[in-house]
Amino acid sequence: MSQVDPLLSNQTKNQAEGRHPRPSATLRARQDQAARRAFFIFTLLPVLLILFITVALFFRSWPIISEYGLSDLLFGQVWKPNKGLFGFWPFILGTVWVTVVGVVLAVPLCILASIYLAEYAHTKTRSFAKPILDLLAAIPPVVYGVWGLLAIVPFVDDVLAPLSTRWLGSISIFSVNQPTGFNILSAGIVLAVMIAPLIISVMYEIFSTVLNDLRHASLAVGATQWQTIRNVVLPQVGPGILAAIVLGASRALGETIAVLMVVGNIPQIPTSIFDSAYPLPALIANNYGEMMSIPLYDAALLSAALVLLVVILIFNILSIIVLQRMTRKK
Amino acid sequence: MSLFTKKHWQRRHVMEAFMKFIMRVSLAIVAGALGLILWIIIVRGLPSLSWDMVSKIPEGGYYMGKEGGILNAIIGSAYLATGGTLLAMLFSIPIALYLKTYLGDSKWGQYVRLSLDVLWGIPSIVYGAFGFTLMIALGMRASLLAGIIILAFIELPIMTRAMDEVIRRMPIDLEHAALALGSTKLEVALRVVIRQMLPGITTAILLGFGRGIGDAASVLFTAGYTDRIPTSLMRPTASLPLAVFFQLGSPYPEVQQRGYAAALILTIIVLAVSLGSRWLSARLNKYTVK
Repeated sequence: MSQVDPLLSNQTKNQAEGRHPRPSATLRARQDQAARRAFFIFTLLPVLLILFITVALFFRSWPIISEYGLSDLLFGQVWKPNKGLFGFWPFILGTVWVTVVGVVLAVPLCILASIYLAEYAHTKTRSFAKPILDLLAAIPPVVYGVWGLLAIVPFVDDVLAPLSTRWLGSISIFSVNQPTGFNILSAGIVLAVMIAPLIISVMYEIFSTVLNDLRHASLAVGATQWQTIRNVVLPQVGPGILAAIVLGASRALGETIAVLMVVGNIPQIPTSIFDSAYPLPALIANNYGEMMSIPLYDAALLSAALVLLVVILIFNILSIIVLQRMTRKK
Repeated sequence: MSLFTKKHWQRRHVMEAFMKFIMRVSLAIVAGALGLILWIIIVRGLPSLSWDMVSKIPEGGYYMGKEGGILNAIIGSAYLATGGTLLAMLFSIPIALYLKTYLGDSKWGQYVRLSLDVLWGIPSIVYGAFGFTLMIALGMRASLLAGIIILAFIELPIMTRAMDEVIRRMPIDLEHAALALGSTKLEVALRVVIRQMLPGITTAILLGFGRGIGDAASVLFTAGYTDRIPTSLMRPTASLPLAVFFQLGSPYPEVQQRGYAAALILTIIVLAVSLGSRWLSARLNKYTVK
């Protein structure tokens, strides 16, 4: 920014004659215009990047989609790249199972914890909880994986699996058919902890959009705090809570390394949370090395990434639009 | 004795106490998870952490339990995360400035914020796959440069949104005062907003760096792995998350032990960066107008 004398004379004359001042008349205004255009180009980057990623993956996976058709790929049961069989169905189901278990474990805890932080907690508790959530969010996925491997897998194997055989063995989704702790439940527990900070902070923000007057009105007529939350606060934030859950689910869908380390990686159609599974991201990460050696293998793996991307984009866009609307109302 | 009067046994009061109790328990479980993770990583990582680990590169037979360390991965990760953060900074500062001074809450501003949030949600494995398609298209091999570019893409939305959130809290009066004195929006951006943004920029840099250094799935595709310290941008490079991952996959217990130690090193770096950013932004916040 150079200190240029503003050449204002032109502008003032125009104003005196009642005409609209022409901004291009001054160097500073011209710089401003130029900067506006330059900055605008920068903001195109994030918008274009989303399109570009989608198009690039689509372009690369087109060979296999055009040869097999999308439904054969998605619903094919057999994965044998050597024989030209590319069925994603076991992997898609694996992803869904792991995500659902993770979300089911995380959501009740997150709702309760975020209500507590937003409605009950002292400022002191809040300023203590914030760094804890930040640290949880900062821990890299691979460290979560190591933790899962060292703590969760043995815990599931030694404690939860025997408990489940004893009490819940007759229900098929809790039956224990495999001897190790490398299963969907372990991955779900690890995922639940990984997505918790995100869900809690989004929900906390949602709760703080509710006007305090409404709370005060309810408390003033004698409702307890929980009654106020249940009857006044929660009905207002329903869509936001749902959006936070969907956002958490989309994080869980794409989690790679941490899940890969604890889920067992056996391509099968799981029937119980104690079964091993093989989610899509793990498939991509485990096989990147051989990608170029078998025909269509790279296209198959990149189309797996495309499937993942499309689902996550839909989840993300919907939930973010809901959240933007809700926070803007404030 | 008020505890035993009838009022306190009313259903709603019991409910209140019960809900409050389980809410506290849930918060304690989440906080406890952090403690548990740190505890496990420290207890299992500390025994095999040694000076050799952080000062030597892998020597012959390292992956069978012989001498050496993971200096290659530490340096590689530092290069990757620093490069990615610098590159992302080049783009995120102008975008954040433009969002604040020119766009505000306009339609285009909302689209840009939406697209940044969506980018934030795209998993790193998809970025990695995208990087792979880019590398095929450009005829590049796995290299430090490819890793830096992909990490910059991953860090861009995180850093921009972090700056945007901080700068949104700037009092509007400050901008109005500058505009009233006849400055153009560009001058407001470069002289007023950017100074107010300083704590936001430091938080964003450290946040981006922390994310970049811990990311494994994207680097797997783009940066490769090697036992040497990279000497040029076109060479492949090792990284800490992959060092953890590969060593844990080894059948040798000594190598696995070192994997735990590598995880501890990575955790220490990430926690230091995260705590450092809190401390630094609290300090810098003193110098902004609120």
